[in-house]
Parts: sequence; C-alpha cells; structure tokens
Amino acid sequence: MTLDIALCCSAALLLTSLASFPLRTFSGRNGVIYGATALFSLLSFACGLGELLFPSAEPPAMILPAGLPWIGAHFRMDALSALFLAIIGWGGISSSLFAIGYSRHESASDRILPFFPLFLAGMSWVVLADDAYVFLFAWELMSLASWALVVSHHREEANARAGHVYLTMAAVGAFALILAFGLLATTSGSYAFSVIRETALSPLTTSVVLALVTIGAGSKAGLFPLHAWLPLAHPAAPSHVSALMSGVMTKVAVYGFVRVIFDLLRPAAWEGSFLILFLGGITAVLGVLYALMQHDLKRLLAYHTVENIGIIFIGLGLSLAFAANRIPWAAALSLTASLFHVVNHSLFKSLLFFGSGAVLASTGERDMGKMGGLIHRMPGTTVAFLVGCVAISALPPLNGFASEWLTFQAILVSPNLPQWALKFLIVAVGALLALSAALAAACFVKAFGMSFLGRPRSASAAEAKEVGAPSLAAMFANALFCLLAGIFPGQMVNALGPVVKEFAGQALPQQSVPFWAPMVPIAQTRSSYDALLLFVLIAITALGAAGLVRSIGFRPIRRSAAWDCGYPDASPATQYTTASFAQPIRRVYASSIFGAREKVEMPPPGDPAPARIAVKIHDPAWEGLYVPIAKAVLFLAGKLNPMQFLTIRRYLLLVFLLLIFLLALLSIWL
Amino acid sequence: MALIHPSLIQAAQMLLVLLLAPGLTGLVRKVKARLLGRQGPSILQPYRELFRLFRKNPVLADNASWLFRVSPYLIFAFTWLATALVPTFCLGLPFGPWADLIAITALIGSARFFLALSALDAGTSFGGIGASREVMIASLAEPAMLLVVFTLALVAGSTELSAITAYLLSPSVGLRVSMALALASLLLIALAENSRLPIDNPATHLELTMVHEAMVLEYSGRHLALLELAASLKLLLYFSLIGTIFLPWRLAAPGSSILSYLFGSFLYLSKLVVAGTTLGVFEITLAKMRLFRVPDFLGAALMLGLLATLLRFVSGSL
Repeated sequence: MTLDIALCCSAALLLTSLASFPLRTFSGRNGVIYGATALFSLLSFACGLGELLFPSAEPPAMILPAGLPWIGAHFRMDALSALFLAIIGWGGISSSLFAIGYSRHESASDRILPFFPLFLAGMSWVVLADDAYVFLFAWELMSLASWALVVSHHREEANARAGHVYLTMAAVGAFALILAFGLLATTSGSYAFSVIRETALSPLTTSVVLALVTIGAGSKAGLFPLHAWLPLAHPAAPSHVSALMSGVMTKVAVYGFVRVIFDLLRPAAWEGSFLILFLGGITAVLGVLYALMQHDLKRLLAYHTVENIGIIFIGLGLSLAFAANRIPWAAALSLTASLFHVVNHSLFKSLLFFGSGAVLASTGERDMGKMGGLIHRMPGTTVAFLVGCVAISALPPLNGFASEWLTFQAILVSPNLPQWALKFLIVAVGALLALSAALAAACFVKAFGMSFLGRPRSASAAEAKEVGAPSLAAMFANALFCLLAGIFPGQMVNALGPVVKEFAGQALPQQSVPFWAPMVPIAQTRSSYDALLLFVLIAITALGAAGLVRSIGFRPIRRSAAWDCGYPDASPATQYTTASFAQPIRRVYASSIFGAREKVEMPPPGDPAPARIAVKIHDPAWEGLYVPIAKAVLFLAGKLNPMQFLTIRRYLLLVFLLLIFLLALLSIWL
Repeated sequence: MALIHPSLIQAAQMLLVLLLAPGLTGLVRKVKARLLGRQGPSILQPYRELFRLFRKNPVLADNASWLFRVSPYLIFAFTWLATALVPTFCLGLPFGPWADLIAITALIGSARFFLALSALDAGTSFGGIGASREVMIASLAEPAMLLVVFTLALVAGSTELSAITAYLLSPSVGLRVSMALALASLLLIALAENSRLPIDNPATHLELTMVHEAMVLEYSGRHLALLELAASLKLLLYFSLIGTIFLPWRLAAPGSSILSYLFGSFLYLSKLVVAGTTLGVFEITLAKMRLFRVPDFLGAALMLGLLATLLRFVSGSL
C-alpha cells in the first residue's frame, strides 16, 4: 500500500513537471507548481516514515510493465528505501515551501519549474528501484534534472562551467555504476536485485564492483578526490535546489552505496573497508579545510557537504570492517551512526542553504566579505541559521553532535579488530574526525560571524530585508527538527533500528526507555549521553543565571560607541574579513596541503601607494588529478585528429584490420 | 551514619566549584605577584571584582545585538555544567551518565563557539583578532583533547569519567606509557584552553598579543562578570580533570560516610592549591610565544595524544 502511494506520488510529480509547460504564462505558476510538489512530497514523506516506523510484515514490492521488455520495472520498499524516501520527501516539502517565498526573486522560473519536480521524482525512483535498469535510469534522471537546474542561469560563465564539470563527472560516475551493475548482472544472469542478492561472487568481482561503486556513488556524494564538481555545481543552482542537491541528492548517492555494497554485494573481505575508511577520513578533513578557505557562502556550504560525506563514509567503512570480522554489534553501532548523520546532515544542510538563499535574495550577495550585520536586518533567518551552524559544528545538545558522538563510540571499539592495517588506519581516521569536528566549528564561526554579525560591509547588506513567511517557515521547520533530533537521539536510533537490523544482522538495543533516559549504545558502564536532560539543564542554568543576576541588583544597559581599545568610529572596513579570519588556520594547515602562499606588496616608506596582499591557493585535487587527465585527453585528441581526414580506402583498411584483430581475439578466447 | 542523597552531592559539587573557581584564579595571581616581588592583591580579590561587576551598568556597543547579550549566560551555563560533570571530591555523580568525557569536551566547545561569535558581534577589529586566533588554537587543542579522551577510554573501556576514575583506582592499572603521554598532552592542552602562558597572557592588555582578552574586550558589567566566572570555572575544570584522572586517590565512593566526603573535599582543596601554585610558578618562568609558534606547541600535544591512542590500539598493556 505504501509503495503504491509512493509510486503514485512520484508519477504525480512527473505530471506536475509536465504541467509547468501549459502554465507558462500563468502568473501564479510558482505557487501552483511548488504547492503541488510540496503536497506530493508530503504524501511520499508520510509513506516513507510510515513504512519505517510501522513496517509491513514483508517489504512491499511491485513489478510494473515498464522499462526493459519482458522484464518489467521492479520496485520495492524495505526499511532502507523507506528511510531515504522520507528524507527525500522532507527535502521536497521544505524546499518547495522555501521556494514559494524565494521564487518571487527568480528570473528564470521557466527553466526551473519543469525540472524541480522531475528531480524529486528521479530521486524517489532511485530509492524505490529493485532492479539495475530502473535504478540506473532513475539515477540518470536525477543527474540530468539536477544538471538542468544547475545551468538554469546559464548565461553566467561560472554556472556554465559548473554545468560542464558536473555533466562530465556525472557521466564518469554513471559509467562506473553501469559497469558495476553489468558485472553484477552478468554473474547472476538477472537485473533484478532479488536475484543479484542471492548470487555469490568471486573475490575479484567483488573488489572490482566495490571500487566501481565507490567511484560511481562516491562521485555523486562528493568523496575526495571525486568531489570537484560539487562546490561548483551546488552553489550555481538556485538556493532551494542547492539545498536539495546538498541535503538530499548526496544522501541518495549514499543510499546507492549502501544498497549495492551492504545489500547486494556484502563483501566478506576487510580490504574494501580500508579503502572506504581511508577516503572518508581524507574527505572529512580536506572538505572542511577547503570550506575554511572560501569567501562565497554557498560554496563554503558546498565544501562542507564534502566534509559531512566524509564522516558518513567513515561510519560506513567502520561498519564494513566490523561486518567483515563478524562483530555484528559494532557493525550495527557504526551503521547507526552513519545513517543518523545522513538524516542530520540532510536537515541542517538544507537549512543552511535556505539561509544562504534568504541572504542572497535580500542582499544579492554570496560573498561574505560584503555582508555583515544581518542579525539586525533579518532576525528570523539569523536564528534559524544559527541553529544550523551549531548543529553542523557538532556541538551539544543539537543533532550533529549526537551522530558524531556515536561515530566516536564506534571508533573506540575498533581495537577489537584483528587486522593491524585497520587498527593503524582507524587511529588516524579517529584523529582526522576529531580534527574535522574542531575545524567545522571554526568554519561556522566564520560563516555566521562574517555574514550575520558585525557591521554591514556593503550598502546592500545595510538595506537587507527579512524574507517572506513561507521561506522562514521552511527554515524554522528544519531548525526545529535539528533540535528534536538532537535532544531525542535515542528515539532516532530506535527509528533507524529496522534499517540497521536488515544490513548489520542486529540493531542497537532499544534506547531511551523512558524517554528521558540516556542513550546507551553499548553498555551503561561504557558510555551514555542524555541530550534531553542536558538541554533542559543548560536552559535552566542559563535562565536561572539571568534571573539571579537581575535579582542581585539590576542595572539598565547603556549604549555607547564600541570601545575597541580606544579607536573610535573606525570604518566597517576595519572589521575582520573572511580572508583575515581564516589567515591563522590557513597558515597552519593550508600552506602544506594547498600550497597557500601569501604575497605582500609593501610600498617603500613615504610612498602613498596602497599595500597589497595576495593569497594563492592550489587545489590538490584539480592540479594532481583533473588537470593531468584533461591534458592527457587533449593530447590524445590532438594525436587522433588526423584520423578524421583519411581517404575512404584507409578507413576500409582500418575496418578490415579491426575485424582481423577481433577474430584473432575470439580465436584465442575460445 | 546516614547516607547522603546523590542529588544533594551533585548540588554540593555545583556550588563548591562555583565558589572555589574565583579563588583559584586569585591564588594563581597571588603566587605570580609574590614571585615577582610584589605583595599582590588578596586571594579574595576576584570575588570582589565579580561582585562589583555584577552591580555595574553594562555598556553595550552600538552595534551589539541580542546574541551579544545572550551569549554570556549560555557560555556560563555550558562551562558550569561541564565543570559540574567532572568528579571533584567524590564519585558517582548523578549527572555523570548524562554526558561522558566526549560530551564534556564538546560542551566546552559550545562555550567557545558562542564566545567567538560574540567577539565578532560588535564589528570591531580586536574582536576579529581574538576570535580568529581562538578558533585556530581550538582547532588544534580540541582534537588533541579528544585523542586524550580516546586514550583514557581505551585504557578504562569507558568514556564516562566516573567509570574511568573508578578503573584507574583499581589496583590492576599500574604505570602505563600511554597514560604518561596522555598526561603530557593534557597539560599542554590545559594551558592552551585556559589562555595561559605561553599561549596567551591572561594579564595582558597589549592589543596585538591578546586572544581571550580581545574576545571579551567589548564586554562590561554583569556580562563581563559571567564571562570571567566562566573562565575561572574552566581553569578549575581542567585542574579537576587532571586531578581526578591522574591523582584519583581518596575520592569518596557513592554511599560512603560524611567523613569520607569531608576528607575528599579537603584532598580536592589541597590538589587545587598545589595545582594553582604550580601554574603560577610555571607561568612566571615563561615568556609568551609568538602566535605562529603556537601550532608547534599544540602540534606536540596532538602528536602525544595520537601516540598514546596508537599505543593503546597496538597493545593492551602499554
């Protein structure tokens, strides 16, 4: 039943997408399309959540007469699909709601409206697919619809470039996935997941599929060094689409990874987990370091998605390592941590992208160096954005901390692993995770402090206006969920139980009974965390302190010019900027990793010419991987160019030689 | 002897740390002054300062927002709560299971997050200096702290402070290399986290060297009092942490007699006096480091923590 409704909803989203064409001239089309999208997303969210919390005895499945002839399109909704369907549904609701307010400022609605519902439908089909064909078709639909949204403002050169890079990387990723499914399907003889799941694969095929899926899903999720497209494409899209891409689409990529690796492949060897943990650790730290170097708010958020994907993959890698060593309770713990972080990240990253969109809509700025003081002009956005910043910085009592805490607990049980390579790696990954948590806090002090605090650095920031009620509602709804998921982590872990049980063999014990009891992932003597009581106590202490201070002798507040060690009326330009704020961290970390160099031009004394400082940062992924590949492709293309100008005889000769080569190959093969 | 209710113990501990914290700051100042050949203000001076600040009109910068006014209360709440979770004179605090050592570290992180934000709020350059330096220092100190936590957790098989202390009290522990490394790392972190020399000078008002002082520069009145109190509490927290982990003797077990509680408190007080005096002597012998030498200092802490964790991963007995 839930599956039927979910499929109907995605079909309805498809129709909504088509309906945007006849409505092109209708002035209220934004409201209609986004309203319909929100409604169908709500239904689909309800289906996912319902199936997750009150699962059917047998996961609902269905074969529709579509797709490949005589095979049909298989759909199925188990707990994992239900969880991700709920995430997509919630993303759809909140971003449509945000868009209702936001799209008044949109000049390219005609290029956004048809693709927005299509994008959501594509993502829903990815998580509902139960055969390789539907999965890949939906995956490509998701990629193409989001690509169309990225290039909706294609006349800006940066966006066109972002679209180009995104399309290339999406093609590479899809290519890897098609090869992976090709291997799976040829071994088992069927496209259906139910058959692939039962087929035993040779160790070689398993490792090749694992590597291919890591490339395919990892490039969509933003795993280093395949993340290169992400910080270009996510900011280029309109903000409600950025929220969907960063908050939801990267999660669909994680779903793809979990579905193939944990469900279809189930690798018995531990070496795969080594790769995933290694990539996850590197991604987490490099993502946040990249983010710290950014001036563009949306790009900072996009790089930060890379960091969080790293954290999620660390959890997945740990789970694989424990599963390979038959330690199911630890595998369950790491998988829970990872999936909890998936939910959390989708909540706060959507919220933060909405916030950046609100700022963009009211100031026209994405550069944090031109913002400042928005806390006075946009109070609602500020509160919601602050909640998102605290949550993403993994600070208690909000949700980001709860999932990172679980990940740390999983790291702390890994001395149980027998492999030395894993032990050494996990120590390093633990350190990297700790480092990335601390750097994330620094990054969001910068993001929030530069955009919302201080004095306005430009005229547009000084005249910013609060965004409309629907946009605010979308932000506050996400902020509320961040708080709720943060103070009820035990309930979240319980809700994830069925998913974890499906893939790790067992779930964590029932948490937080009664509801105020602490979350105890392993044993009471080992570790426990009670966010609800902590939250209540912090609130009571802060309010109590305020009340007490007032009662000892309340003195009214006086306003005056800032003290600033006695320099009065300094210009807002004397405030710290994004670059100066990040300078200490840049000197500590980026001088080696990113080869950051500062060049100072100081005019001689007496010369009134301005002094200048220029910072050059190298991107190791671009310069180490993409530029050489691009160069090689160009070189080969240049060498092959003469092939276009051969005579017909030479072409025939080439065909003949190829035929002989293939026949020779066949004769050896057979 | 009647048993004392655990919540009473918790309340006593919360009040005790709040009352002792300014005195500890006063003690360190007194020791430093005496070693410099000055009489120095009385140990009670911080209490008088706090009392005076609480009764003064706060002056806010024109641009200061609500965040600037709310943060001191939040920072105080986070810090006080974190301090209340560290066993001082007894074990088995009822708040213990609410937050383990990772959560305590993160609570301090939350306090720092809001402090750095409020430093940026007034829109002055000194606030920016303070905040940007503070987050750089924290970006090294916090992971180092987490690695120390990992080491302790791997030694004791628990991240919970009471359980760690109880394990360390058991006779099976003995001397361990990893614990020594963790202690060294924790000492370096404690200096950095509390803005002590050689990382930051708590007594400075020379603009270019300030870190913590630059962040609270715009604060006055009751807000400043709360921040000063929170800073004192944080110093006390690190002393209690080092005391309870590395000198865990004679902490009153849950359900013991009033006498053992009193003895535990007495022992705690003497630990604080020794630690405060040591800090004073240590600070007087050092000059402040250049800011960009700080990463070397904290990098050492990070590496010691990493080494300690690695040793625990490699061998159960080191």
